[in-house]
Amino acid sequence: MAEDGQKAISVEAVGMTMRFGGFTALDDVSIRIPAGSFHALLGENGAGKSTLVKCMMGFYRPTAGQMMVEGREELVDSPRAAAAFGLGMVYQHFTLVPSLTGAENLVINRTDTPQVIDWGKERAALHAFMQAMPFQVPLDEPVARLAAGEKQKLEIIKQLYLGRRFIVLDEPTSVLTPGEADEVLGHVRRMTKRGELTVLMISHKFNEVMTFADDVTVLRKGQRAGGGKVAELDHQAMAAMMIGDQKIATLDVRQPVAADAAAALTATDVKALDRTGLKSITIAGLTVRAGEIVGIAGISGNGQKEFLEVLAGQRHRETGEITVKGARYHATRGEAHALNVRFIPEEPLRNACAPRMTVADNLAFRTFDLDKRGRHSFWIDAGAIRRNADRLVTRFKVKTASLDTPIAALSGGNVQRAVLARELTGEVDVLIVANPCFGLDFAAVADIRARIMQARNAGAAVLLVSEDLDELLELSDRILVMSEGSIVYETPIAGADSRVIGQHMAGHH
Amino acid sequence: MATTDIGLWGVPLAILGGAIRVSTPFIFVSLGETITERSGRINLGLEGILVFGAMTAYAVAVMTASPWLGLLAAAGAGACFGLFHGWICKFPRVNDIAIGIALMLFGTGLAFFFGKSFIQPLAPHLPALPFGFWSDVPQVRAALDVNVLFLIGAFLAAALWWAFRNTRIGLIIRVVGDSADAARAMGVNPDRVRLLATAAGSALAAIGGGYLSLYYPGSWNESISSGQGLMAVALVIFSRWNPLGCFAAAILFGGAGALGPALQSVGVSHGYYLFYAAPYVLTLAIMIATSSPGRTLAGAPGELSITK
Repeated sequence: MAEDGQKAISVEAVGMTMRFGGFTALDDVSIRIPAGSFHALLGENGAGKSTLVKCMMGFYRPTAGQMMVEGREELVDSPRAAAAFGLGMVYQHFTLVPSLTGAENLVINRTDTPQVIDWGKERAALHAFMQAMPFQVPLDEPVARLAAGEKQKLEIIKQLYLGRRFIVLDEPTSVLTPGEADEVLGHVRRMTKRGELTVLMISHKFNEVMTFADDVTVLRKGQRAGGGKVAELDHQAMAAMMIGDQKIATLDVRQPVAADAAAALTATDVKALDRTGLKSITIAGLTVRAGEIVGIAGISGNGQKEFLEVLAGQRHRETGEITVKGARYHATRGEAHALNVRFIPEEPLRNACAPRMTVADNLAFRTFDLDKRGRHSFWIDAGAIRRNADRLVTRFKVKTASLDTPIAALSGGNVQRAVLARELTGEVDVLIVANPCFGLDFAAVADIRARIMQARNAGAAVLLVSEDLDELLELSDRILVMSEGSIVYETPIAGADSRVIGQHMAGHH
Repeated sequence: MATTDIGLWGVPLAILGGAIRVSTPFIFVSLGETITERSGRINLGLEGILVFGAMTAYAVAVMTASPWLGLLAAAGAGACFGLFHGWICKFPRVNDIAIGIALMLFGTGLAFFFGKSFIQPLAPHLPALPFGFWSDVPQVRAALDVNVLFLIGAFLAAALWWAFRNTRIGLIIRVVGDSADAARAMGVNPDRVRLLATAAGSALAAIGGGYLSLYYPGSWNESISSGQGLMAVALVIFSRWNPLGCFAAAILFGGAGALGPALQSVGVSHGYYLFYAAPYVLTLAIMIATSSPGRTLAGAPGELSITK
């Protein structure tokens, strides 16, 4: 338990090296985090950020390197040892147990939990502890029912409750609204200023690094690419350290939407049950015109997923109508084919691929059963599948060992490229995309956003659902906000203000 | 005592008595499976463990003349089966459902093999408490003759319900069942918890088997189980992994199971076979009514291989 007057500790990693077989994931990286400072760790996916942190927290045994806690050499060879030194970590994927309440999650994580828990006493103690916390979280609800922001807060509270005085935050704001992110990081920042906590934050958002961190370390390809005082650096300098001399795709110039552009996708009075079956989502009216990108913002779990499932035909709709180019649409394969509707769900490896089938097979999902004239054919033409895959892999720059590699072996960015290649080939009139850049690195993100913009400029109506507000602001022509199962706000991009959007996302409308 | 004719009142009475009698093995097996499934494993071997438990309990009771020693031996044997299941399942790429089915056949076969010589001898029965002592009507007395295991089962259901909320062990089982990663992060070894949870669950299932051979029907033969071990798995899902729900569901099933014999006893001479199917029809009806394709199963432990 946290005691009064707890003090932050200093942590240092010296010469951390981690090899997996012949592959060097981390090459002689040192990082020093003085007590009470807020340190940011920047880098692309696969740059070695999480390897470094895992070595520091005892998940991995580094090939070489040493941990120093409070200036003394210490052996941190397991997460438990790290905990004993007061080192804790908040993961990007929550480690709270969904079916347990907040209070149960906190108490069971203690090392001295009694065999029989006296909830009266524990509640009183938790109440007293929460009084000293900068933010409040309902502790009697099952964690599964909390919003992402509340979970994130609870994760941080858990670390403090367990008496950790150095915490690693792994991309803490990826699931938060801008307002929530500022609130959570602001509180954490103030705690470091008061000397109660030392923080190492993994991030790829320059803004939050500039606003909250004292120092920054940038990793690239497993090596330290630079760093220093945040006050002495700017966006460009950090971006240069992060990306090196890679070529980054640029967005096409946005063609203006024709004033008389026809509505390509409409949803009217659509009502469906959400996944709990207790609440329903209602989309009163939504129109996406040819040649425009309509972005839907919202914190995950506010009905976007269900709405997409309705559009994709995966969820039963109770009432309402969906039309594509004026025709009623029920999301059958035939209709999608005839009306040129393409759907790219989130986590494409799981939702749009057969992970163990080959790249070539996955690329053929839309056409494998059609012959040259587009009619159904009984026999599969293996040669055509290979030629098609070969063409798409080259055109969309999918990096794969061979066409026969299982698609699951590709990196996230390349899986997404492959799925885009499959879905964006041929005529596209309606494109529905969900979180296309989640967890991808810089180059892949730029590449994929450029492809979506190209599709728009070529006349496709694009519905883009994303949890990343920056992405929506960059790509959309209009932004809608979904909250608690319905669309609560709409703004053209010219008048879009991330603060206002954030407030609507958080349900203040 | 002469039979008193109480007319149609006999039906609810017989159902009550039958519910208590028939539900007892369901209570034990489903409580055991609740423990196992709450830890994130499914043990489909319970049917085999139940039959082996029935054989062991009967055999030991015959040899020692004590039904309680028989139950104890059954629990021990069940725990061994559970440990075996838990141990195999800890290896990577082992499917707990497949192992469970193998164990079901293995347990049944082994029980028949060892149990051949115990089909003839008579074992002492488990005691019952005569809660119907105040009545002169024999049907009432028969219905309220409550076996001790039923009472233990009722107590156990409440105790488990309490323990899942209020004890360290209970919370740890839930943590392991819902998120193995979270469990590892707090230094708990999920495999060990599941091993012990499967052992405990199997011990309870074997006690349920012991009830079959030592109380009702009260003899050992090769058709002693009518699928209680498998039905209990469905019961656990139906009761949403809640021990109190298991108890209630077991009674409901027991009552439905007693419908056929009860009707027969009041002289319904044809069609009662249909009512023998009542528990199965009930299972189907309830499962259909309470499930929906558009919604995830509330309360299901997140680590369960059927929900993953």
